[in-house]
Amino acid sequence: MDDLLSEFLTETNESLAELDVELVQLEQNPNDKDLLGNIFRLMHTIKGTCGFLGLPRLESVAHAGENVLGKVRDGELVVTPQAVTLILECLDSIRALLERLEATEAEPEGDDSDLIARLNALADGTDAPANAAPAETGGSGNTMIDELEAAFAAAKGPAELAAEKAAEEAAAAAAAELEAAPEPEPEPTPAPKPAAAKAVAPKKSEAVPVDDAADATSGDAKKESSVANQSLRVNVDVLENLMTMVSELVLTRNQLLQILRGQNESEFAAPLQRLNHVVSELQEGVMATRMQPIGNAWAKLPRIVRDLSHELHKKIDLVMKGAETELDRQVLELIKDPLTHMVRNSADHGLEIPADRLAAGKPEIGTVTLNAFHEGGHIIIEIADDGKGLSVDKIKQKCLDNGLANESDLEQMTEQQVQKFIFKAGFSTAAAVTSVSGRGVGMDVVRTNIEKIGGTIELTSVEGRGTKFVIKIPLTLAIVSALIVECAGERFAIPQLSVVELVRASAHTEHTIERINGTPVLRLRNRLLPLVNLRHLLKLDIPNASSAAVKRRVKVKSEAEIAAEAKAAAEAAAKPVKGADDEEVFVVVAQIGNYSMGIIVDRVFDTEEIVVKPVAPILRNIQLFSGNTILGDGSVVMILDPNGIAAATGEISVAEDSDEDAKGRHARNSADNVAMLIFHAVDVTPKAVPLALVARLEEIDLTQVEFSNGQYVVQYRGQLMPLVMMDPGRKLESEGRQPVLVFADGHRTMGLVVQEIVDIVEGRMNIELTSDREGYVGTAVIGGRATDIIDAGYYLTQAFHDWFVTDRDRIGGQSNARRLLVVDDSPFFRNLLQPLLTVAGYDVVCVESADAALELCDAGEDFDVIISDIEMPGMNGFDFARKVTTDTRWSKTPIVALSSFSNPSDLARGREAGFKDYVAKTDRDALLHTLHDTLAELRGAA
Amino acid sequence: MSRRMTEDAAERTAGAEVSADKEDFVTFFIAEQLFGIPVLKVQDVLSAHNITRIPLAPPEIAGSLNLRGRVVTAMDVRLRLGLPARESESSMSIVAEHDGELYSLMVDSVGEVLALKTSDWERNPPTLDPKFREYSLGIYRLERKLLVVLDVNRLLDYDRVQAV
Repeated sequence: MDDLLSEFLTETNESLAELDVELVQLEQNPNDKDLLGNIFRLMHTIKGTCGFLGLPRLESVAHAGENVLGKVRDGELVVTPQAVTLILECLDSIRALLERLEATEAEPEGDDSDLIARLNALADGTDAPANAAPAETGGSGNTMIDELEAAFAAAKGPAELAAEKAAEEAAAAAAAELEAAPEPEPEPTPAPKPAAAKAVAPKKSEAVPVDDAADATSGDAKKESSVANQSLRVNVDVLENLMTMVSELVLTRNQLLQILRGQNESEFAAPLQRLNHVVSELQEGVMATRMQPIGNAWAKLPRIVRDLSHELHKKIDLVMKGAETELDRQVLELIKDPLTHMVRNSADHGLEIPADRLAAGKPEIGTVTLNAFHEGGHIIIEIADDGKGLSVDKIKQKCLDNGLANESDLEQMTEQQVQKFIFKAGFSTAAAVTSVSGRGVGMDVVRTNIEKIGGTIELTSVEGRGTKFVIKIPLTLAIVSALIVECAGERFAIPQLSVVELVRASAHTEHTIERINGTPVLRLRNRLLPLVNLRHLLKLDIPNASSAAVKRRVKVKSEAEIAAEAKAAAEAAAKPVKGADDEEVFVVVAQIGNYSMGIIVDRVFDTEEIVVKPVAPILRNIQLFSGNTILGDGSVVMILDPNGIAAATGEISVAEDSDEDAKGRHARNSADNVAMLIFHAVDVTPKAVPLALVARLEEIDLTQVEFSNGQYVVQYRGQLMPLVMMDPGRKLESEGRQPVLVFADGHRTMGLVVQEIVDIVEGRMNIELTSDREGYVGTAVIGGRATDIIDAGYYLTQAFHDWFVTDRDRIGGQSNARRLLVVDDSPFFRNLLQPLLTVAGYDVVCVESADAALELCDAGEDFDVIISDIEMPGMNGFDFARKVTTDTRWSKTPIVALSSFSNPSDLARGREAGFKDYVAKTDRDALLHTLHDTLAELRGAA
Repeated sequence: MSRRMTEDAAERTAGAEVSADKEDFVTFFIAEQLFGIPVLKVQDVLSAHNITRIPLAPPEIAGSLNLRGRVVTAMDVRLRLGLPARESESSMSIVAEHDGELYSLMVDSVGEVLALKTSDWERNPPTLDPKFREYSLGIYRLERKLLVVLDVNRLLDYDRVQAV
């Protein structure tokens, strides 16, 4: 049955039941306004819904009932038992109609004119006929109606909406003339739907009066299962709770089964088997309560696509298959937005405008197809369009522009690898931002969201033919099946979803782990599978750590166990590279998207159903774990996150990144995502400083603060640390505790006095307003509030006027299209310059040494200006400049030295080495000015 | 279960006719030093338990354990306070809740519950080791010893630490 219809049935039956009760109450308390209001509202809703669903017969009955109730509400009618009886009768006939509707899924044909006539008569105040024997009136009415209706049918076309009103007037007139009441009925019959109206008129004679119909159906009502009685509204929380309880029950069952396995014969075996089945069924049953058709998540899409097609002047056909496929509502919620986004993308970027389609020999109307189906324990959702497909060349160009990869890497990549770049952060294929997409919610967000729920997303695209995304997600999140493995004596769970196969590898089998420069790989069906050793990844092979851990294990163990463990640890220490060729190990082949890798473990146990529990906040920063769980034997194990493992091995699930690329991405990520420390000082506006700049947060005891040489100082870690106030006028209290941000670089420390440290927020550093105020870089929106970003460098010079004079200067960066490369060995200054220059509108890449900079050069990166420190370990700034200007691709790129040496001889030396200019480190304005001039010059030359 | 414990504690407190100037503390020893945690913060006291270690976690995180179906993170308070690791194998744990998560604080031994007079409380001496000062809420002068009030919230608040 249609969802809408069954919902309507459920709801209306609920309303009817309520009306029954309330009408009876009303009869007893005729003056209860609230009650009356509620009754009227319910009736009105029923009428409205019937009209909406195109059920004219029901609507007309409900309308007549509502009419009466309206008059009662307005005080034009008094509540009498007769009136209530009539309305209840009206409800009964609605109920009877509903039953028929439920049985046949169509509104029964028939006529309710008698009832309606009496209701209308009541409404018009001619309640005498209503009071009179209904049968008689009805009978006589019927004949009249027949005539009248014949007349109506002849005179008027059907579906006159105005008819109803007219009819009412007619009825009123008729009533005034004290004619028989039934007259008005014909009006309802010219229903909005011509078909219905037609049906009503000719079949009148054979129409079963509603009461009869009710009688007829009431007999078999019992055996007919009523949809209304079959569904029940339950609060989602109740279901969630139930699910949690069942999850725990499943775990307990697993524990019992585990115990059973350890015993040869047990009288518990049979009942436990039964329990096992019952629990399994219970689990399925409860899961089913959480299941919703995926169509719910698609409901908005037709509208969105329609709007899009208008906006974009494209002709789009949205095909939705498998909308009834069910999945867990929690999962459904989580994929709703990604799906919407992807459909928008397909319509906006994927499909061409009609002219282009015709030119390409395709039908004018583009198709976006959604398809959902079950496969194994997963649900597969496909989003396909027959548009222009992904342009590999464009993606390559974009990658180069955005610094996601360099040319030589791109050369070596397959088409598919290149296409996968659209899932990367910082990538948007839309050449222009339209109002529809390209607003920064990219495919990387989609990918992240899908991976968050343990799903994967893949893509195939043929240029000119279309693009297809395949999303694979687990049916439910609550209980997952996981493979239990052991490594260095510890057990871990790997979600079965990502495990493709298990390979036993040893020197004696056909599968042998081979090494390329120490990196293990496995030949598997004529392909090389990259391997990671879990032992190394989790740092379980450091003997100290493991023995310490053994010591820390306070479990009550038998001596033997301890001895065995000690031995194992000793062995591990002796042979740090477990998983070497002579050992038998297992390789868990995991698939993350299109990327496969092998995880080397010591042993593999069976699979278990586990309930994923989040890890303690302390551990959330360990990316390799997605949660923890309690196994059947009661022990806690960590759940490995294959995506995290891939990321940790440098393979951020878009596969096959080269090292250079990883580095580039790293630099980029650090530019995009900055952890900011939020605090209060001076005024109410929150202040922020990049967290990386802050060495420590301290609370100093104000009794320890001394005043020396015109500034506050405090003894801190054996040194005098100057305290800088953000508003110079303020005096420190003489006692209490004072939060301080400690900045440190080398051996110097400085404390910035703040009122209160609020929070740490990670986010894009997107400075919206720049500031001329001393000590401020600008204003950014952080956590939804306008926040002042302070210029830490300014306060540093307040503490030490010569802060920048020591051994750190930076050499210039180079920038293409205002791309800057900053070379500086001090992380402090890299962190300081990055926000500062970003504010000024430059795209900044920071590296920590001249060598790293030269690597970027080799990797094909290009910059407009290089800013470099002079004093750096390894190659210093002068050598770097000399090298760059003489024999690299960058010889044309201007280099600016950032230095505090500014005596003429230094200047001369710098120029000789190839530096274009010198800027003092502390001088933000001069730096920006120089950059501006240098770039202007560059453009002039070009 | 944990609630029962709290209720027990509450009853006990009520039984002891708690007055404004007294507070109950669960006491324990770490490296011979007496510490205390307000009894209402304590959910449970555990003897040795089977702990799963967590790779890559900070060293003071001993691992996690299963406490009646809940995963509890175990922290070695000794290491957190910068003290050397315990020599002996045995230890006891105090389970406390922080931010909706349960933590098991591993200590050397758990002592009795003491009702301490507020008048015996004193602020941390400024000369105290910074680590101790950071996690101490003050000192109680007992007859023979001094009791350090451990600041559980700070002890378990890793956000602050990670920030630095």
